[in-house]
Amino acid sequence: MIEIRIHPQSFDIDYEMKRIQESSSSGAMVSFLGSVRDIQSKNSLKNLEIEHYPKMAHKVLNETAKYAFEKWKLSRCLIIHRYGKLKINDPIVLIVTQSDHRKEAFKANEYIIDFLKINAPFWKKENTSKDSYWVSQKP
Amino acid sequence: MKLIYFAKVREILGKSEEIIEVPSEIKTIQNLIDFLISHDPSYKAALEDKDFFVACDEELVDMDFIIKRKSEIAIFPPVTGG
Repeated sequence: MIEIRIHPQSFDIDYEMKRIQESSSSGAMVSFLGSVRDIQSKNSLKNLEIEHYPKMAHKVLNETAKYAFEKWKLSRCLIIHRYGKLKINDPIVLIVTQSDHRKEAFKANEYIIDFLKINAPFWKKENTSKDSYWVSQKP
Repeated sequence: MKLIYFAKVREILGKSEEIIEVPSEIKTIQNLIDFLISHDPSYKAALEDKDFFVACDEELVDMDFIIKRKSEIAIFPPVTGG
């Protein structure tokens, strides 16, 4: 089962993990959580603004999950990605992959986050106390 | 033709979308970009450094891609998701 969610509101990591773990008897589950980090600058981060292209973002996340699901024979794959204005430490993205064995779950999870970082249409803008700038791509 | 813009490209152009009439000789994405740049200097500022991607109906396409007139064409900078 593949589940893709793109929304501005936060999510409860413990709830998502428990829900998936209890819904299947597969033995291995891997999660990746990406959060807003502080920036190395004199001016502290006020917020991180995430913009996205809704139709294409859904399509890319769905296709990426589908590819990983089939390649690594997953039993569950969840991707949650937020948009809007976020603060330091706020969760941005959660990827949960579940399979019978750990290697497949790890590989699938890494593939998904690496792929979406350079292909999913989301853009980050850092707003500091003094100025604002768009974050450049870091594969 | 519907054009939509995101992030830095949207900010430089000062608009998130527009419907434009393009001459029939505009066949490829490259033709379209050249047309936009010649049409208005703000496109030059947004697109001249070539640091952007183009998606046609939510699929990334190359500069030699042949445009379909009813498509939604999105122009945006390199993505920074995750």
